[in-house]
Amino acid sequence: MGTTASQLGKDLLSEYQELTFLTKQEILLAHKRFSECLSKEDKNLPTPRVPMEKVLSLPELKSNPFRKRICHVFSTSDMKDGSLTFEDFLDLLSAFSDSATLEIKSHYAFRIFDFDDDGTLDSGDLEKLVNCLTGETDDTRLTPEEMRQLISNILEESDIDKDGTVNLSEFQHVISRSPDFVSSFKIVL
Amino acid sequence: MEVVGEEDGDTEGKRKNGHSKKEEKKEDNERGEKVQKKKKNKRIETSSEQESSEEVEDEVEEEGEEKPEVLSPEELEKLKEAVDERKKRISTLRGKPWPMRKKLLTLRESHEFVEKYEGALGKGKSRKLYAYKVMMLKKWMKFQRDFENFKTACVPWEMKIKEIESHFGSSVASYFIFLRWMYGINMILFGLTFGLVMVPEALMGRPYGSMPRKTVPRAEEANAMDFAVLWDFGGYAQYSVLFYGYYNSQRAIGWLKFRMPLSYFLVGVGTVAYSYMVVIRTMARNANEDGGGDDNSFNFSWKMFTSWDYLIGNPETADNKFASITTSFKEAILEEQESRKDDNIHLTRFLRVLANFLVLCCLAGSGYLIYFVVRRSQKFALEGLESHSWWERNEVNMVMSLLGMFCPMLFDVISALENYHPRIALQWQLGRIFALFLGNLYTFIIALMDEINLKREEEEVLKLNMTIWEASLYNGTLGANSTAPPITVHPADIPRGPCWETMVGQEFVRLIVSDTMTTYITLLIGDFLRAVLVRFLNYCWCWDLEAGFPSYSEFDVSGNVLGLIFNQGMIWMGAFYAPCLPALNVLRLHVSMYLQCWAVMCCNVPQERVFKASGSNNFYMAMLLVILFLSTLPAIYTIVTIPPSFDCGPFSGKSRMFDVIQETLESDFPAWFGKMFSYASNPGLVLPFLLLMVLAIYYLQSTSKSYKQANLELKKKLQTGPTADLHAAEQNEENKKKKKMAALKAAMDLEEAQNARSEAPRQQRNNNASQQSYRDRGEKKGGEHRAHQGKSNHQIPPSATRPPAPRGHGLPGPLPGNQRQPAPSVQRVPNSQRH
Repeated sequence: MGTTASQLGKDLLSEYQELTFLTKQEILLAHKRFSECLSKEDKNLPTPRVPMEKVLSLPELKSNPFRKRICHVFSTSDMKDGSLTFEDFLDLLSAFSDSATLEIKSHYAFRIFDFDDDGTLDSGDLEKLVNCLTGETDDTRLTPEEMRQLISNILEESDIDKDGTVNLSEFQHVISRSPDFVSSFKIVL
Repeated sequence: MEVVGEEDGDTEGKRKNGHSKKEEKKEDNERGEKVQKKKKNKRIETSSEQESSEEVEDEVEEEGEEKPEVLSPEELEKLKEAVDERKKRISTLRGKPWPMRKKLLTLRESHEFVEKYEGALGKGKSRKLYAYKVMMLKKWMKFQRDFENFKTACVPWEMKIKEIESHFGSSVASYFIFLRWMYGINMILFGLTFGLVMVPEALMGRPYGSMPRKTVPRAEEANAMDFAVLWDFGGYAQYSVLFYGYYNSQRAIGWLKFRMPLSYFLVGVGTVAYSYMVVIRTMARNANEDGGGDDNSFNFSWKMFTSWDYLIGNPETADNKFASITTSFKEAILEEQESRKDDNIHLTRFLRVLANFLVLCCLAGSGYLIYFVVRRSQKFALEGLESHSWWERNEVNMVMSLLGMFCPMLFDVISALENYHPRIALQWQLGRIFALFLGNLYTFIIALMDEINLKREEEEVLKLNMTIWEASLYNGTLGANSTAPPITVHPADIPRGPCWETMVGQEFVRLIVSDTMTTYITLLIGDFLRAVLVRFLNYCWCWDLEAGFPSYSEFDVSGNVLGLIFNQGMIWMGAFYAPCLPALNVLRLHVSMYLQCWAVMCCNVPQERVFKASGSNNFYMAMLLVILFLSTLPAIYTIVTIPPSFDCGPFSGKSRMFDVIQETLESDFPAWFGKMFSYASNPGLVLPFLLLMVLAIYYLQSTSKSYKQANLELKKKLQTGPTADLHAAEQNEENKKKKKMAALKAAMDLEEAQNARSEAPRQQRNNNASQQSYRDRGEKKGGEHRAHQGKSNHQIPPSATRPPAPRGHGLPGPLPGNQRQPAPSVQRVPNSQRH
């Protein structure tokens, strides 16, 4: 089960190829990068987990404002601490890969933006989302007035059943019409 | 890796195997049983395992053969369905948003099921064939996957582009991706021209010096090897496979009987056809992905959900991105809040008209300048090139390149008058640069046409002179009988006609070379030198060079893309007359890639205002298509109207270049082919065919229009929400009821009136009528009851009670008059969701 010290089994590799949108080289590269993040003792565990801090220090994720959410969404840890196994890592790369379908990307994007994990994007989620996007410093943040206006505009556009929240299908509907979602929702190792 | 142990033939029965080559028959009763989850073996055979498995299999087979086949056809069908369903599940697994563990388990389970029962599907004697087919299919899929992997690995410059993406975002990277795509196209064009035109002539044609067209004339021999002459593509470079004039018009050359003129013509046509095909195919693909993105309806949502570029890995770029996102939010909010303040609209309009007028003046001025310079260069050529300085000799190319460099800056300054939104201003700018380049190019071509005509007149004169010259050769030996031996004259001494095709090819090559040089020098000076100055002079300068003027330069995506497109246009124009152009372009693009990648990483800063590149993707493709069309026009015109030179090139001696096709049809194909072709090209056949195509285009256009209408309708319905639809429906119902009631009332009145006239015999009928009317009203009431029931049904999630029919089924949504209850738990799926 899982990976042996430094090699991926051949059949496991072909299974991963079938189950993800990654090519063989990408999976091997991912394996290499993942192993670099592991500490010595962890390497001998059957299913090693990389703690969230280590994942956040990867250069591809370091500058991403949603990095913590990404870790939480893809993590299958029981303790909800955002740690990733290799298979979680592959899931992450597959969803963010170039050949992933729009459905997969929009599904995961929805989960990432859903800060409180309740299955819908309500105003609290949207507000946190805007704050993530506008950066940390005060002079780049929006005023409360602007924030309110923005959120009401968004809900007006996307909330079809007018229930005050954006659910998965409404989100997917909005996203499917966007011409640059697929090309910007990409992470490549 | 565990090795799967051998199992008992009776219980679970089946052994996992790399291929289901000699699978066993299944047992019926096991169909429903859950299969044990096991690790799969290596898919590809390893010999030892194979042998052992085969041995064991033989054993089991022996046992198994004794069991009879107990599958009835329906069971077989069901089994096939189950297997197919599993296979489908396997192929769609990667698109499911499940965690990897779950996917792995499902995959293994499905694989086991398929392998276990697949073999049983083949019947009797054909089982081996079926199993063989299955194995081949698996191998084929594996091969496909490996090939995909290989193809991705072959793509060049992937790491470079990825680095640029992480530093500058996707819009700058899109330029490099476009460059790489162009490189691919040019490689193919290079392959065609090199392999089918240049190499055969070089290997199998007559060698250098054997014919007048292949030899440097005596007069030029002295400096034919000079670097200056070679750089100008004269001398030995001119009399080589690089240019049109070298090629011999012999119909078939070498032992292969290679049809050189035919090949030259077809390669010329083929390059254009291939380019059209590739550009249109890419446009269609981009259009599909766009999904009709002409929407402004999701402005804010898109800004919110799609504006972050996940490829950014550099903190500085990320900061820039944050700032740009904030600015765009604030701008959008402001625009939404207040309508544009249209004070002084007259001033704005006047300024815009003034700006356009100035731009037109610029364009006209540059066009005239080019024309003037080209005529002057013709004058210089007549006087002899040596008496002029380097500048005067290369005037045309330098002027064109300089115009291309400075006019866009001028347009930029002028556009400050116009006061447009930045995105619109960018589009205007691109349009103007496009017009500039186009105008320059066409002026250049017109001037070139003049030169061609000049050369052709020269040719006529020369033809006359040739006869005189030949006579002068034989003058000395006329004393002897007319059986005088032919005098051998060295090819270098024979006067030859001015080859206008080679001249055209040379002009284009020179243009490309000077354009390339200008670009590189601009890059080095404008970007690199500027960066060096800003960096080092900053220590000792009064104001902050890095923050204020001039600061580091940004990468101008649109300008570079336009430059690339126009460069390609020139290649397409000149490739027929100079087969070396695609090769030159491949070299140029290769060097450009490395140089620009280096320059971008070294001297540029990320842009402050980031515009998404993807929206303009199809815009650039459309421009490329227009340029392709416009640049093949002159070439086609010259091919069709101007007769080729009489003594140079593969079409010498023919009256028109396309005569080579006629000649091939007559001599190389059987007679009936030629006849058939002449029938097919009969106007009586061609015109109806054209008419048919026009009709087909019209039909497709009108259907696409009607689809767009339907689309818009659906969109509107979705946006105005279920309420408007609802209200409309209710309104309808109300009207219908009212009408019904009115009709009934009228009927009743009529009845009463009739009753008043004849009471007794009609009473029964009256009763019936009233009963009927009561029944009608009862039905109506019943309908309302039903409607109420329908409403109560809607409290439950619709998927439980309703079949998944479109919303027209029954009454849509909750009824009027009852307050709408928010149903947060009801996940209603809009119909237009894409599957």
